[in-house]
Amino acid sequence: MNPAPMVALVGNPNAGKSALFNALTGARQKVGNYPGVTVERKAGRMSLPDGRPIELIDLPGTYSLEPASPDEQVTRDVLFGKQEGERLPQAILIVVDATNLDNHLRFALQLIRLGLPVVVALNMIDMAERDGLKIDAAKLSAELGVPVIPTVAVRKRGIDALKAAMADLVGDGAVRRIAAGPGVVHEDIVVLQRRARAIALAATTEEKGARAWSHRIDAIALHPIGGPLLMAAILFVMFQAVFAWAQTPMDAITALFDMIGKAAQTALPAGFLRNLLTEGVIKGTGAVIVFLPQILILFFFILFLEATGYMVRAAFMMDRVMARVGLSGRAFIPLLSSFACAVPGIMATRTIDDPKDRLTTILIAPLTTCSARLPVYTLIIGACIPARKVLPGIGLQGLVLFGLYVLGTLGALAAAAVLRKTVTKGPSQGFMMEMPKYQMPSVRDVGIGLWSRCIIFLKRAGTIILLSNVILWVLASYPVAPAGQKQTEYSIAGRIADAIEVVVKPIGFNHNIALALPPAMAAREVAVSALATTYAIDAGDAADNDEEKTDEALGSKLHVDWPLPTALAFLMWFVFAPQCLSTIAVTRRETNGWKWPAFMVSYLFVLAYVAAGATFWIATWAGL
Amino acid sequence: MRLDQLPLNRPARVLAIAWADLADTAARRLRELGLDEGVTVEALHVAPFGKDPIACRVGRMTVALRRAQAHAISVEALAA
Repeated sequence: MNPAPMVALVGNPNAGKSALFNALTGARQKVGNYPGVTVERKAGRMSLPDGRPIELIDLPGTYSLEPASPDEQVTRDVLFGKQEGERLPQAILIVVDATNLDNHLRFALQLIRLGLPVVVALNMIDMAERDGLKIDAAKLSAELGVPVIPTVAVRKRGIDALKAAMADLVGDGAVRRIAAGPGVVHEDIVVLQRRARAIALAATTEEKGARAWSHRIDAIALHPIGGPLLMAAILFVMFQAVFAWAQTPMDAITALFDMIGKAAQTALPAGFLRNLLTEGVIKGTGAVIVFLPQILILFFFILFLEATGYMVRAAFMMDRVMARVGLSGRAFIPLLSSFACAVPGIMATRTIDDPKDRLTTILIAPLTTCSARLPVYTLIIGACIPARKVLPGIGLQGLVLFGLYVLGTLGALAAAAVLRKTVTKGPSQGFMMEMPKYQMPSVRDVGIGLWSRCIIFLKRAGTIILLSNVILWVLASYPVAPAGQKQTEYSIAGRIADAIEVVVKPIGFNHNIALALPPAMAAREVAVSALATTYAIDAGDAADNDEEKTDEALGSKLHVDWPLPTALAFLMWFVFAPQCLSTIAVTRRETNGWKWPAFMVSYLFVLAYVAAGATFWIATWAGL
Repeated sequence: MRLDQLPLNRPARVLAIAWADLADTAARRLRELGLDEGVTVEALHVAPFGKDPIACRVGRMTVALRRAQAHAISVEALAA
């Protein structure tokens, strides 16, 4: 059987391409990667009105077919049938923004020249009307020589008509070029642009002088004083929400895992399997999954700010600040995403044109405080920093946490400044960006984005994190220590930790920390479950009391076991250390080799070691 | 007058663009964003820190660019 016909969805950035993709395919999407490059391949299934399936691929948004970034290269190669691992599409679905026809039609003209069957979605037609623009779709269709369907993707308007037009286009599913093939696309942008303007003018039947309301919002959002204040307020609410809103679901998840643990405890006979399940699997996984609410809340804000168009305003305001360290405002968006996770953050650097800007941003992204550090910070701060008020309404614990975020950010900026003067030296390419209209994102689009993040996190928890917990538990539990010896010291893991301890003792780390460091390389948050596991094992052989509530006890154990300088040094280590294999892997892919990830890992380890050591010795000297 | 000197909210026409003064990527991006001799531009906003970059209306788009880049664009203010 032949595979389903493939249609490529193409358009300028900010044309509403993703919303249209979601409206057409629903949640039936597969996100992958093109071989050899890290450009995301987003494909989904949709069915035509007559029931035939279509594979729709969402190509990266680009302004033209002249490739400048890896994203644009992929779009171009797919449309020319030259992309490895991708067949030539049967048809192209072009999305244009009705409020910005002049510009978007130029790219549409270029795409029509490719000679594949084309349908144009005249998107955001509602916004155009609000701006006082009346566009005659029939006239536009006549001018372009292809079908034009007015749509409002976020409200799912015009989708049925679009599907009908696609059904006509695909026909029997054979690939055919209706005009001259590739080779005629090398027309000057300026020439195409002038034609686009003429066509847009001809198709626009009425234009009232209504001022775009985005401009009015910008008068506030970009106000010289109000703008930065608003941005600070938004970021404050965002980080506040991560803690406040997440509390209830986190408590629920903890309770759930306690319940499962207890059930397993009573259901299973004592022995290896029960211990592995309760101490290794359930406790370890629960300690990580509990952070799902916080991660989702952070991603919600980032997806939401991105979809509304505010993120570009933030980049605009921050450009000057970023320029001081040799970057541009474009780097601000990947760096802000890195507060959720450095992996999508590093992938978001693809939108940075300048290769040196991009490399620098990748190298500093792991310094921003990603959400995986939160579990570690929360645990250590809760255990070792006294919960007293510094000022009314401001607690010492919260202040320390805020300080760690600030430290990571300053570290990232300082690193950028140094890198830009040394290893990634070169002239600045400036900052040039389209500022999209403000838009209320649909619940569905944000929901789909969140859902895919949720799946990725749970997959990680179910695979890498679970596996490293089980391995650690086994290594830490065997061989069984004879009476009078501590299990965490006698076991295989204990002996590995002995070797690590030699290196980390000078910076104040104890044996159990040395034990938790290697598994934390799989993912930072594993440090928490690793500590939980090691202390659970120790508790097990100290008391051999199954009913002991090790969960609540972890904090108080650390409180007893760790002197304050050690706790502070440990926090400092987590601010800088290059943990998490996923980040290293994505850096390798994005930079096409081991050179830059190796460099990144080395400079971050040196930073972490020095910072943790300095903290430990200063704190010890100060008598903390 | 250059675009970076144009007062806010004063529509102007682009007279000439010194393409040679711009880096290749910047020149290409500028063209893609619709900057061209003859189009109407209007400076709308300046960034809060250091009054750089600026946001300009170009056609129906709003485009952010640094003053250094805007300096390559010669404009003539239109009668209000």
